[in-house]
Amino acid sequence: MSDQFYNAAPQETRMAPPRKHARAYPASKPNNVYLFGTCVVDLFFPEAGMDTIHLLEREGINVHFPQGQSCCGQPAYTSGYTDQAREVARSQLKLFANNWPVVVTSGSCAGMFREHYADLFKDEPEMLTQINNLAARTYELAEFLLHVCKVQLADQGEQTQVALHTSCSARREMNTHVHARALLSQLTQVERVEHDHESECCGFGGTFSIRMPDISGAMVADKTQSLLASGAQQVVSADCGCLMNINGAFEKQNIPLLGQHLASFLWQRTQAKQEPRA
Amino acid sequence: MSAREKILASLRSSLIGTTPITDPFDATLVDQPWRYSAAERVTRLKELMTAVHGEVHLTRGNQWPQLLSDLLAQRKINKLLIAPTTAHGQTFSAYCQVHHNPLQLLAYDRPIEEWKRELFDDVPASFTGTLAGIAATGTLVVQPSPAEPRLMSLVPPLHIALLHASQIYDNLYQAQQDWPKPMPSNLLLISGPSKTADIEQVLAYGAHGPKDLIVLIVEDA
Amino acid sequence: MNSQRIHAVDITARSIKANSRLSLKDQQLRNNMRSAMDSLISKRIISMPDEGERENLRELGNKVRASALSQLPDLLELLEANLIKQGIQVHWASTTEEANAIVLEIAKARNATQVIKGKSMVSEEMAMNEHLTEHGIEALESDMGEYIIQLDNEKPTHIIMPAIHKNAEQVGRLFEHRLALPYTDDVDSLIQSARGILREKFFHADIGISGVNFAVAETGTLLLVENEGNGRMSTTVPPVHIAVTGIEKVVANLQDTVPLLSLLTRSALGQGITTYVNMISAPRQPGELDGPEEVHLVLLDNGRSQAFADSELRQTLNCIRCGACMNHCPVYTRIGGQAYGTVYPGPIGKIISPHLLGLENTPDHPSASSLCGACGEVCPVKIPIPALLRRLREENVKSPSQQPQIMDGQGSRYSAKERLLWKGWQYFNSVPLLYKTGTFMATRFGGLTPKNLGPWTQHHSAPKPAARSLHELAKAHLEKKS
Repeated sequence: MSDQFYNAAPQETRMAPPRKHARAYPASKPNNVYLFGTCVVDLFFPEAGMDTIHLLEREGINVHFPQGQSCCGQPAYTSGYTDQAREVARSQLKLFANNWPVVVTSGSCAGMFREHYADLFKDEPEMLTQINNLAARTYELAEFLLHVCKVQLADQGEQTQVALHTSCSARREMNTHVHARALLSQLTQVERVEHDHESECCGFGGTFSIRMPDISGAMVADKTQSLLASGAQQVVSADCGCLMNINGAFEKQNIPLLGQHLASFLWQRTQAKQEPRA
Repeated sequence: MSAREKILASLRSSLIGTTPITDPFDATLVDQPWRYSAAERVTRLKELMTAVHGEVHLTRGNQWPQLLSDLLAQRKINKLLIAPTTAHGQTFSAYCQVHHNPLQLLAYDRPIEEWKRELFDDVPASFTGTLAGIAATGTLVVQPSPAEPRLMSLVPPLHIALLHASQIYDNLYQAQQDWPKPMPSNLLLISGPSKTADIEQVLAYGAHGPKDLIVLIVEDA
Repeated sequence: MNSQRIHAVDITARSIKANSRLSLKDQQLRNNMRSAMDSLISKRIISMPDEGERENLRELGNKVRASALSQLPDLLELLEANLIKQGIQVHWASTTEEANAIVLEIAKARNATQVIKGKSMVSEEMAMNEHLTEHGIEALESDMGEYIIQLDNEKPTHIIMPAIHKNAEQVGRLFEHRLALPYTDDVDSLIQSARGILREKFFHADIGISGVNFAVAETGTLLLVENEGNGRMSTTVPPVHIAVTGIEKVVANLQDTVPLLSLLTRSALGQGITTYVNMISAPRQPGELDGPEEVHLVLLDNGRSQAFADSELRQTLNCIRCGACMNHCPVYTRIGGQAYGTVYPGPIGKIISPHLLGLENTPDHPSASSLCGACGEVCPVKIPIPALLRRLREENVKSPSQQPQIMDGQGSRYSAKERLLWKGWQYFNSVPLLYKTGTFMATRFGGLTPKNLGPWTQHHSAPKPAARSLHELAKAHLEKKS
């Protein structure tokens, strides 16, 4: 995509970028990674971030958490406040100076780094090298555990059924649903059940849920009913934006189901006993 | 400035400094997945037509007039619109004469304005030839002409079409290679009887065009 | 008729927010739409089972459309030259007013009193029926779905299946009421009744109107697809045929229609091909016994050249009007087509209507989406719909006077207050000290979050920040480790 932007005449008629091939992953686990927690995890699901750290450390990886991190910029970007999003993105780009993988606890934020930063900085071609470099080493957590760490998860928990909801951008930009399903299938006591209209949006869409609350509300009502009707005892998602939306709706409807981040679910299932939370 | 000038000027100014995308079209993708053997062509066309409530009969050059006559008799149809100047029109007329067939043969031999009411109200079936067939989609290529005008294959509730198996192409791309140049005033692809699913997506046949389509596929050369 | 139904939505009521509030409550609409969209989604994928073939074909479709757009003015001139050579008259219209004037002039020259319409979304853009009726000319829809909604004084709810929000009982009641026919909900009977009535209309009409699916420059051909036969009737029986289309509908060569047709019919209805593909290259020729004496093509701009002027937005014009985007849209499925208040609903409606009508008349359109991307994933010509929606949001919140001016109605949702809020968000997230302080306050005083947080708490419990942020917990943990 970047090539098309920077080498073409500004008014050139655009064609769709060529289809992506399956991603090539490094042959071996790295010793060090950065963790990008995401703003929603930071304030509302910090346990998901901590469980991510636990999962990665268990694989023998040193996790680095740049304290200057905040937000990937997506809320402003999707709302059309591109300049504001760009300045936040600029501040984040500085934080990952070493050539370590950046593991992100959300597929939509990982997608922001990998797919959309190039568009954000399309008028600053000098940023392109840095952006491409970051994009190439950005991983969503599930894909990192599966394809880079090649985890073998040992299920220590009781029999249960889980429903998996995947964020739309995570699904479409990062194939997160495929990775998450593969990880869940490693847990021998866990049966993943499908829920009706599983690939349909939960209605969050960031600021969409605030701007169009009625439509968003109708979507999350359908999603929560569908998750409830699946018969699952637990709901899991690799994206906390969706979780915030779904859990908030569960609570409002007094439905006793609450979603957990995939990291927390995996960490808890693979603990011999209920460890006190770090 | 006329609208034409305004529009063209605006479009041109938007393209200043750009290069048109003109590389040739890679036909493999619309050709390769849709290739069939000669036998498969007939089978596939028949299957697809039948699936959309078309009726297909395989026949031979010396048998189709009898078949046509029988099909009409079964449906108690006593009038048929034909094109008497065409080869197939002449063949059928001759057949009917020889066999003293009571079928009334009508000719579309004057402008529509002169007999529109009759065409709309009193012509239960028509019989036309075809330019070609297309196996990939179960399609007839019909070229209206002075002998077989456009409405022949549209207004009567039953349309019967004669197709030679040797004229069935694999796919639309292949068929297009042999279309007349320049294009005729009207060219039609017909892939079944008329239908609609506009009410609750329930399929209903005979919306505005023919309710029934019969295809006679002649298998010898 | 159900009094809760939204009937003829006022086309000037362009608040999707307000309209959707009503339609979301219409449980029958919700049920009808859900079942119809599920069915169309399923039909499409059944007709395109091979991922490789499907994705390659979409790429080809995208390329063919981009190629045509990259040469659009030249192709339009070539199309015009070939059509004229073959006896088809060509008219150009910058606005819908001009287009209506052209149609009216042709009608008046023929002393026309009855016009029969095949399916044409561009004619809806023109509000052609209303214009003709104002001038004493009857304009009757002949497509079954369009006929039904015209009877019920409604606007179409979907670009391919205009009456998809109605069920058979509703149509039965409508026919009973408006056509004095005995009530039935049997679809075959309803269709046969309509067939009989409309046959007479085809018979008597002075002029037939149609749209154009593809206009082929190389051969001077207008290509129309349909299943019912009303398109062929409208373009063949009356002595005059007027085709109306947008300027973007041209393709260079006849063979370009091959991939586009396959993409169109499979994406729209899961069909390998429509019942009829009608290719018109000339009026009735000497010796021919039927077909219209006069054929006209009206090329309409109506804001398309504005989209064309911007390289990113130009992709909006790839559209081949298949409807797959709206079939897969979770928003469209829940609010129905009429809630958009514009001729084109759903995702394509959201990206094209601001050009046709101005952003000031469609301020909600870019925002009525969660950007889930289901539309972009299925668009047969790979329009990057979510990216275009995002771009339109950017245009919508710009200052109205900011240069360069890309769109009419730029800055329709400009809000100094909101801009300030996002500026604040920017500083908060780009200055670590601000971020730390802010999150510290949120975690320590999170219990004070009000229970009622406006739009969020309509459907959610109030969110409560955690006791410690991940920044704090991670720092403590990682320091302990080292």
